[in-house]
Amino acid sequence: MQTGEPNIVAMIGFGVFIALSLLITYWAARRTHNTKDFYAAGRSVTAFQNGLALAGDYMSAASFLGIAGLVALSGFDGLIYSIGFLVGWPVVMCLIAEPLRNLGRYTFSDVVAFRLRQEPVRVAAAAGSLAVVAFYLIAQMVGAGNLIRLLFGLSYEAAVVIVGLVMLAYVLFGGMIATTWVQIVKAVLLLLGAFMLAMMVLARFSFNPLALFDEASRQYGAGVLAPGRLVSDPVDAISLGLALMFGTAGLPHILMRFYTVPDARTARVSVAYATAAIGAFYLLTFILGFGAMVLVGQPAIRAVDAGGNMAAPLLAEVVGGQAFLGFISAVAFATILAVVAGLTLAGAAALSHDIYVHVFRHSRATEKEQLLVARGATILLAVFSIVLGIAFKGQNVAYMVGLAFAIAASANFPALLLSMFWRSFTTRGAQASILFGTIATLVLIWMSPTIQMDLLGNKSAYFPYRNPGLFTIPLSFIVGIVVSLLTPETAADEGFTRLEHQIHLGEEEPA
Amino acid sequence: MSDTQTRLTRVAAARWRLSILLTAIMTLVYVGFILLIAFNKPLLAMVLMPGLSLGILLGVLVIITAWALILIYVKWTNDHYDIAVANSQQARREGR
Repeated sequence: MQTGEPNIVAMIGFGVFIALSLLITYWAARRTHNTKDFYAAGRSVTAFQNGLALAGDYMSAASFLGIAGLVALSGFDGLIYSIGFLVGWPVVMCLIAEPLRNLGRYTFSDVVAFRLRQEPVRVAAAAGSLAVVAFYLIAQMVGAGNLIRLLFGLSYEAAVVIVGLVMLAYVLFGGMIATTWVQIVKAVLLLLGAFMLAMMVLARFSFNPLALFDEASRQYGAGVLAPGRLVSDPVDAISLGLALMFGTAGLPHILMRFYTVPDARTARVSVAYATAAIGAFYLLTFILGFGAMVLVGQPAIRAVDAGGNMAAPLLAEVVGGQAFLGFISAVAFATILAVVAGLTLAGAAALSHDIYVHVFRHSRATEKEQLLVARGATILLAVFSIVLGIAFKGQNVAYMVGLAFAIAASANFPALLLSMFWRSFTTRGAQASILFGTIATLVLIWMSPTIQMDLLGNKSAYFPYRNPGLFTIPLSFIVGIVVSLLTPETAADEGFTRLEHQIHLGEEEPA
Repeated sequence: MSDTQTRLTRVAAARWRLSILLTAIMTLVYVGFILLIAFNKPLLAMVLMPGLSLGILLGVLVIITAWALILIYVKWTNDHYDIAVANSQQARREGR
């Protein structure tokens, strides 16, 4: 593979995807009249559509290229990540999806603020959302710049600007309707691409995955089928696992998707479709990773990119030639675009719906004004992601996705859960829990070996673990509970009965 | 009215118990898997048949467990919970 050389099929595939997605955006823009359309696609998305869109939002380029590369270079250890990314979904299903749909309108802050004092809670919850969105976005933008440079030969800066502008077009004009359909197209392409690639690999092993794994262990030693050095510290491993598991239930762009369906039952069924799709996809990454290990070879993968990110595209070239490489490259590009669009929309909702409408305008903004501010916030976030994407050029940002998950698990998840299931939760408790979760996670990551030793080159770190989740998740719960007990709030307590009712029966239809 | 109300309260409590149970199972299965990785690497390295180590088998089983828990939840809520909710909603509409 000639990296950095334009591939004609990739260029065509990439052009077709952009043209198709802009057509979708044009169609969606004509259907976007109010905030319900802009944030929640008019609540008209079906369970199957939302399932695919959730999968599209969740399966980032990191999972497709990153995990395939990790498996290709370290075998079994890479699988620990694919499994970790799936186990959060039963939690989303059991604890979050339906109550969220019945209690809120556009953001998860709606739920936390349901019976608490709107303004202080929304500021805190929006801060938690924005922190997650910001780190996730930076990681995606830097990934986009690097990948597109390798895949299409564009300069890093040009790649970041193109991704930022195309994503801006989707969200600005087409809102959630365009974002949802871009996610669906992307999810189908990604599943199809991964499936075709896996089948082409398995065709060389008489469709027996075990024959492939056996060949891998013959070439690289039995160690590739067993846990290795990646998980050397049990505390760190569990800490990472918990952040992945509970972080999924605190990702603002995932949570926001539950408002796009008509009712709680549809939300529930959509999680089942999403989990089926995501689980199947991660099982395919087993095949892709080991396939690349055996058919491309570890030295060739490392030669192109030391992190292994090019394993899946290289594999595509080996089993399907230039044309298939082009197709897989275009799929990877679509993947990045769709994820950043979802993140930007979630960030814009936090800025406009939570901060502007409910805090600055005390819930008195007109529909037209709200839509205008939502679009202004979208432009702001697009500029922010382009600027930071370029600013972080050449830096190692792999830890930022983990950081986003850790904040989601420690700041958003505990407050969301306590607000829905614990009567005595109060405004001060919610504020304290979210702010503690965000700040403690940031501080512990800054003190960790990842930043202190790997990035700053210090000899030692202030905090021994790379993943703070094991400490910050329980502590956020404790902070939320203790502060609530210290600051009783009669109105919050009384509102709980109404909340319990609405969790099951949904909002009263406006008369 | 009060009859459908109690029925909803009961089924809501049952759903809450099921949710906690399934979440706990998922957490235990996943944390257990990680603990095995952390503390008993040789066990997971055991090759059951050519190409299949115990680690890979358990990893696939964790994914299948997640699917199974989701199916149990959807089946139960579709069969029990939705009916109680629909009855209550109807009672609420008629009550007005």
